[in-house]
Amino acid sequence: MYFSGSLLTTEEPPGREGCAVVLGQKPRSAAQQRHSVTATVSKMAGADGDDSLYPIAVLIDELRNEDVQLRLNSIKKLSTIALALGVERTRTELLPFLTDTIYDEDEVLLALAEQLGNFTMLVGGPEYVHCLLPPLESLATVEETVVRDKAVESLRKISQEHSPVDLEVHFEPLVKRLASGDWFTSRTSACGLFSVCYPRVSSTVKAEIRQHFRTLCSDDTPMVRRAAASKLGEFAKVLEPEYVKSDIISLFTALASDEQDSVRLLAVEACVSIATLLPQEDLETLVMPTLRQAAEDKSWRVRYMVADKFSELQKAVGSEITKNDLVPAFQNLLKDCEAEVRAAAANKVKEFCENLPEDNREQIIMTHILPCVKELVSDTNQHVKSALASVIMGLSTILGKDNTIEHLLPLFLAQLKDECPEVRLNIISNLDCVNEVIGIRQLSQSLLPAIVELAEDAKWRVRLAIIEYMPLLAGQLGVEFFDEKLNTLCMAWLIDHVYAIREAATCNLMKLVEKFGAEWAQNTIVPKVLGMANDPNYLHRMTTLFCINALSEACGQEITTKQMLPVVLKMSNDQVANVRFNVAKSLQKIGPVLDSNALQTEVKPVLEKLATDSDMDVKYFAQEAISVLALA
Amino acid sequence: MMAGPGGGSSDVQWCFSQVKGAMDDDVAEADIISTVEFNQSGELLATGDKGGRVVIFQQEPESKSQPLRRGEYNVYSTFQSHEPEFDYLKSLEIEEKINKIRWLPQKNAAHFLLSTNDKTIKLWKISERDKRPEGYNLKEEDGRYKDPSTVTTLRVPVLMPMDLMVEASPRRVFANAHTYHINSISINSDCETYLSADDLRINLWHQEITDRSFNIVDIKPANMEDLTEVITAAEFHPNQCNTFVYSSSKGTIRLCDMRASALCDKHTKMFEEPEDPNNRSFFSEIISSISDVKFSNNGRYMMTRDYLSIKIWDLCMETRPVETYQVHEYLRSKLCSLYENDCIFDKFECCWNGNDSVVMTGSYNNFFRMFDRGYQQDVTYEASRENSRPRSILKPRKISTGGKRKKDEISVDSLDFSKKIIHTAWHPLDNIIAVATTNNLYIFQDKLN
Repeated sequence: MYFSGSLLTTEEPPGREGCAVVLGQKPRSAAQQRHSVTATVSKMAGADGDDSLYPIAVLIDELRNEDVQLRLNSIKKLSTIALALGVERTRTELLPFLTDTIYDEDEVLLALAEQLGNFTMLVGGPEYVHCLLPPLESLATVEETVVRDKAVESLRKISQEHSPVDLEVHFEPLVKRLASGDWFTSRTSACGLFSVCYPRVSSTVKAEIRQHFRTLCSDDTPMVRRAAASKLGEFAKVLEPEYVKSDIISLFTALASDEQDSVRLLAVEACVSIATLLPQEDLETLVMPTLRQAAEDKSWRVRYMVADKFSELQKAVGSEITKNDLVPAFQNLLKDCEAEVRAAAANKVKEFCENLPEDNREQIIMTHILPCVKELVSDTNQHVKSALASVIMGLSTILGKDNTIEHLLPLFLAQLKDECPEVRLNIISNLDCVNEVIGIRQLSQSLLPAIVELAEDAKWRVRLAIIEYMPLLAGQLGVEFFDEKLNTLCMAWLIDHVYAIREAATCNLMKLVEKFGAEWAQNTIVPKVLGMANDPNYLHRMTTLFCINALSEACGQEITTKQMLPVVLKMSNDQVANVRFNVAKSLQKIGPVLDSNALQTEVKPVLEKLATDSDMDVKYFAQEAISVLALA
Repeated sequence: MMAGPGGGSSDVQWCFSQVKGAMDDDVAEADIISTVEFNQSGELLATGDKGGRVVIFQQEPESKSQPLRRGEYNVYSTFQSHEPEFDYLKSLEIEEKINKIRWLPQKNAAHFLLSTNDKTIKLWKISERDKRPEGYNLKEEDGRYKDPSTVTTLRVPVLMPMDLMVEASPRRVFANAHTYHINSISINSDCETYLSADDLRINLWHQEITDRSFNIVDIKPANMEDLTEVITAAEFHPNQCNTFVYSSSKGTIRLCDMRASALCDKHTKMFEEPEDPNNRSFFSEIISSISDVKFSNNGRYMMTRDYLSIKIWDLCMETRPVETYQVHEYLRSKLCSLYENDCIFDKFECCWNGNDSVVMTGSYNNFFRMFDRGYQQDVTYEASRENSRPRSILKPRKISTGGKRKKDEISVDSLDFSKKIIHTAWHPLDNIIAVATTNNLYIFQDKLN
């Protein structure tokens, strides 16, 4: 027996059940092979012998099965295999085998890289954790980025389990090997490992690590420079402050003026972490020149990155620099010649304004930001306008009631009339912010035409989007306004020619009833819904059923029994089979809302009749309803 | 191997090295070579054919016994890259023909290449395997199952050496982004993106992302009746990641800067030579169409091939090419018959040698031409079975252009227009060239002394 009692408490207890699972997950293996293995399993199950061995043997054999799915299954149960083999054999046999399996498919390698990160106990604890380095080292050099990244993640994890001595004897040499590897794949992986071993090694080794990082920052291939640039921030965090200034700043400056756009833009990210590490007085000389340069970079992708990271940058450099430098930079980004950059900046308008120093926030917004925002409202590019529309309403809470009415309201109204539906939708979806500040009534005159137009848009996805905002709008606008202006729209969607719209409209009704209550439902929507049961179009008749399904619970027993149930029952005589089997489904759905008397006297006979219907589907669903409602 | 990659006609004697492909005279359509490409080190040479296959040749190490010969190229891997498909929505057959192959810079021990047909680009990995696992618990090596009751100990498989096996595996498929036929793919110097161009659009891809590409150039007019030109080729600059060019059927080349904006519909530079009014004819527009554009290795120049000539442009001068080489000027009087037999639409490609001093392109009658830029010399060679003795020196060919035909000259009228050399490639470091005739691949090299 390989499994002592204590080992059986691991997350995946092996044994006969475990084996059945393994075999049950054989989607593509050859039928014959499956047959013979299954046969032997059942034989095994009968025997009293060493039956814990068998499933493990299957798992091990399937490590090299031709079917990827089976190999993947085995790799995912690697801990089970290792437990069975014991720490000694895991170290001497399993790991060497795994080190050489880098030929495999990405998904197998990915799973393997992940497993090895949690393998320390299975090779004998921290004392032997370095045995995991060879397989992870070879995984860190494969061409697939996801696999390499996972291998690096696991290496970072197990680095913490190395003793300081082991770290210098085993781990650090591995980092050096990767850093000076022939192929860029290994050098990119090295970039992610410096920061985890640096804090725990002697000062001589530290110096070597810094040197390696420097070398990689000026590597020939852009891939390695990109990897180094993206890890610059985290490496800076573990460095002693004096080296941040002496080493990191020069590397940062060099990467930020790299000839490759893709490297320069990553330096912007590093800018955020470096700025947080430096004292305020050094930022102006050490970071700001680079940041200013990035904000005006010739390449739009770099400027885009600045716009995209603007809130982080703003927090990192503090309020003084924000006032003097970032405000003009932000204005420029909002006016950038490239629409992608303007859109990214427009997305940050609210956050940027929120994070401005409070003492003169309003003044900065009113004099510097708002003029740019006004221009963006009539931008030529619809992505820019819709990015702005998704955040602009947030400004009202920052600026307060009077400014909102005087300055923002005209912008909201203009955007509500925008030719692009996405812009209008984004405004409508954020109405709650304005409601808090000035009340929605200010907008309702313009809102209604905008909503009606969206509700009748030729694109069904637009109609779908506006339906989803209906419950929100109803809440903001109140029941009277809703009944007066929007109710007709909601009912019209029920007979839309696109199914997805009818379905969303049904769901919308349910949410409205939840909001306005059963009484409202009874007076305004239930009669209309039930009226559709007599529609000549069978699709509309079915919509009645779908609505009843959705509404019965919210409306309660009384309305369901007295008003809805008779209609459903009557529809069981419909000439279209689809309607009839939906009657069966509806009855199943509303059954729990009804009392047992109604069930027995009204529902049961109808279902029994439907169960003898000439249509197969009707029969099927009627029988299903009978058994679910326990009416048999 | 230190022989400088220089010289063309002036100091290099070209000799025959190898010929690949069947010797029969009747050629199967599928065997017609459709692209030829060396990798960055020149160790591998890939060809694609109309049957959708890719054949990769590997250069053998130089043998000690024959120090004066470079290593020969032998088949390393052959695989079916593309299969014929049918687009049911448009009722169109999609040919399996490989339009272009581009090697990725080497990233680990394996090699990667992109291959494309008219619609779909695929990333292939070519890797070696020399070990295989041995040892099962539940069966014998020959596959017979053991009696499970005999399994009393667990056995971990071990990897044993085996004969070297080269595997080609498809890693990614970049599909559904092109409405028209893909004519070019080009890898960016940032090593993470590449472009693909069809008749009207250019898309930018990330090498690891298959479900999304960015359209960077779109010249499709709102009304297709206003269409006056199509994109014929496109290429990234060898070291400026933001720069690419595309050529058009009107003979212009546009250079775009991706830094300026996300959409590169507005070019930064347009290279165009004013038409010579004396040569104006019905065929002017057809023969000015550019069939290939290639940056020089140093990134300072680019070369374009139109029907009759090669032009070298300095990237700093848009108004006219700095050099123009006539490839087969003697055909100018034959344009009418070349139009009738469709030859005028042949898309000849062109290539640079390793240090940009010589350019090469193909012609008819299995002739190919080299132009030495420094010495302003040109030479015509023929890829033919007749002088395919190993290391036999290639003799320059001469075409008689009117008047009396001298000895050794070939009359224009006797040229065989069905034999054409469209695809050629030059080893990136050495004087080794690969020249594709219809279904044969000729490899020539300079004579080492």
